[in-house]
Amino acid sequence: MARTITYMKAINEALEQEMSRDPTVVVFGEDNVGGHGAAGEMDAWGGVLGVTKGLYAKYPDRILDTPISESAFIGAAVGAACSGLRPVAELMFVDFMGVCFDQIFNQGAKLRYMFGGKAKVPMVIRTMWGAGIRAASQHSQSLYSIFTHVPGLKVAVPSTPYDAKGLLISAIRDDDPVIFFENKVLYTIEGEVPEESYTVPFGEANLVREGDDVSVVGVGRVVHMAQEAAERLAADGIECEIVDLRTTSPLDEDTIYETVEKTGRLVVVDEGNPRCGMAADIAALVAQNCFDDLQAPVQMVTAPHTPPPFTGSLEDLYVPSADKIAEAVRTTTGGKVGARA
Amino acid sequence: MTGGEATPPGLTKLAMPKWGLSMRQGKVTDWLVEEGEEVRQGEELFEVETEKIDGAVESPAAGVLRRRVAEVGAVVPVGGLVGVLTDPSVPDADVDTFIAEFQASFVPEEAEAEAETPTRTTEVGGRRLRYLERAPEAPAGDPVVLLHGFGGDLNNWLFTTEKLAEQRRVYALDLPGHGESVKDVGAGDVDAFAEMLGGFLDTVGARRAHLVGHSMGGAVALAYALAHPDRVASLTLIAGAGLGEEINPDYIDGFVAAERRRELKGVLELLFADPGLVHRQLVDDVLRYKRLDGVDAALRTVAAAMYPSGRQARVLTGELARLPMPLLAIWGEQDRVLPAAHADAARAHGRVEVLAGTGHSPHIEAANEVNHLVIGFLDELEGESR
Repeated sequence: MARTITYMKAINEALEQEMSRDPTVVVFGEDNVGGHGAAGEMDAWGGVLGVTKGLYAKYPDRILDTPISESAFIGAAVGAACSGLRPVAELMFVDFMGVCFDQIFNQGAKLRYMFGGKAKVPMVIRTMWGAGIRAASQHSQSLYSIFTHVPGLKVAVPSTPYDAKGLLISAIRDDDPVIFFENKVLYTIEGEVPEESYTVPFGEANLVREGDDVSVVGVGRVVHMAQEAAERLAADGIECEIVDLRTTSPLDEDTIYETVEKTGRLVVVDEGNPRCGMAADIAALVAQNCFDDLQAPVQMVTAPHTPPPFTGSLEDLYVPSADKIAEAVRTTTGGKVGARA
Repeated sequence: MTGGEATPPGLTKLAMPKWGLSMRQGKVTDWLVEEGEEVRQGEELFEVETEKIDGAVESPAAGVLRRRVAEVGAVVPVGGLVGVLTDPSVPDADVDTFIAEFQASFVPEEAEAEAETPTRTTEVGGRRLRYLERAPEAPAGDPVVLLHGFGGDLNNWLFTTEKLAEQRRVYALDLPGHGESVKDVGAGDVDAFAEMLGGFLDTVGARRAHLVGHSMGGAVALAYALAHPDRVASLTLIAGAGLGEEINPDYIDGFVAAERRRELKGVLELLFADPGLVHRQLVDDVLRYKRLDGVDAALRTVAAAMYPSGRQARVLTGELARLPMPLLAIWGEQDRVLPAAHADAARAHGRVEVLAGTGHSPHIEAANEVNHLVIGFLDELEGESR
């Protein structure tokens, strides 16, 4: 039965249900068990923001705390996955991934290919991403493009509680390594989520809103900004079609091309930096495959090519916004009110 | 919801209807009558588009359309004012006052208030069934039970439930393997579903009921009526299965196999004469259902038991003569799942209505017409028995 829960609770529920369904699912990361048994603590902390709270009490032998050594425990996750477990490792902030690139890029992503399909790496790395909580440059980046670039990895970037639960269950059941991006600003948003287990397949974008005038394609937090922009633009007679990619690898190219064929105009929104990023990739694909459909140059709304600033007022300017998206949409329509007017 | 509770005499508020549990607002896409025009009760006044489906709103009373409050293109929350209908005698000033007061006090239903789901669950033989119950204060006659088709659920009756519940107690059921009911379908054949239906009638204490079944739900209703004729007051089959061997395997197999929105949209379009009726939200809702653990296995079991090798396993036409209760069969002329010719089997035993311009889902595509037919049918036979 569907009821309304938060994005954070949806992730917790996916982990709980998969641990209950499959005894090979193990969870490890920093501070998942920490706090347990300490004076004044009712429960284990469940990670830095408490996403895994409650799981340790139910599955004490399958939740492990790790030292602050990402390269060690991500390497352990790769090894555990190769040898029959389904580990879900929590790597607090995606900004910290750098120290374990070898484990991810050269081991996790490659083993299936280097051993002719005889090895598999059914591993999930959960990680927080994105700006918005005044946590400065080393805790605010949007690095999904880097992992999308590496063949052998799958990358999920859910924007809603429903997708968060369904994509995480798909990720855990998947035999390939998945980097699962959780937007820290979205943890508290609420949405309808079935109590039962379900999957959301990888490589299928979600058509969030139908419209005839301009396509807006994005992933993660910016999908909500696009919806806000679309509401405002609709009042002026401009109908946006919004596509939430949900996974950046695999990428649902067909849905992108279909919407561009329909509207002839594209705005790509990406909280990541612009060079060699998600938005640039999609813009290039559309230029190559939908050139004849385009009625206006593709617009990209991204963060600037600078590190995320600490200062609040600058951070607010740094990320895409409904205002910037609406402005980009108007640019594609040449300022006309009602694109087909 | 507040606002407009005190509608002045002679004045009828035309509100945005609520079609289905999840509807919050609708867009007025067309007005079918002019301001100042006289309308009959039941005449279609305006068309509404929701995220899920399109439909037409009928006039709740006879009168003159005085104001189109919402113009074409306007998005109006459920319960919001779309137009005003009055007796010809009501002065303009009263109409204007009513509109001004309504708009000033109207508060759309809160999403939170709706979180309290109006559906219930019960257990039949230890297996969970979800159902929706609607009834007026003093329901007339036996209750009506609505049974959806293959892959459907109680939300398929979004245009039907409230209308029938104006006079009668109505139950809309999720059959096993469907909606939010148990995913274990047992043998998955007509008899297994009919047995669950019997168990459901027992749990809600319905000695006798009018059964209304769509497609596969029609076959279930028919099988139950044949097995327990004393418990079925009447039988309405809407594009009912079980009346011939043919069935479009593209629908059944396509529905089972479709994993992506694009594939599923094409399959769901087979349900309607006008494929434009299939909106994003309808496809999404079905996809969400199909992606629940256990649903794929349930659908495969049912499809194999009921429709092996692209044919209907159980044809009940030879047994129709045994039915003691009144029978109404409604079919869409352009049905692309079950041929409308199957309705002929029912002609010797009851009333048959074949609707032009309508596909496999007349209760959705020609909802108002089907509601009139069913209500007329039930009124007539209960009038006789009273």
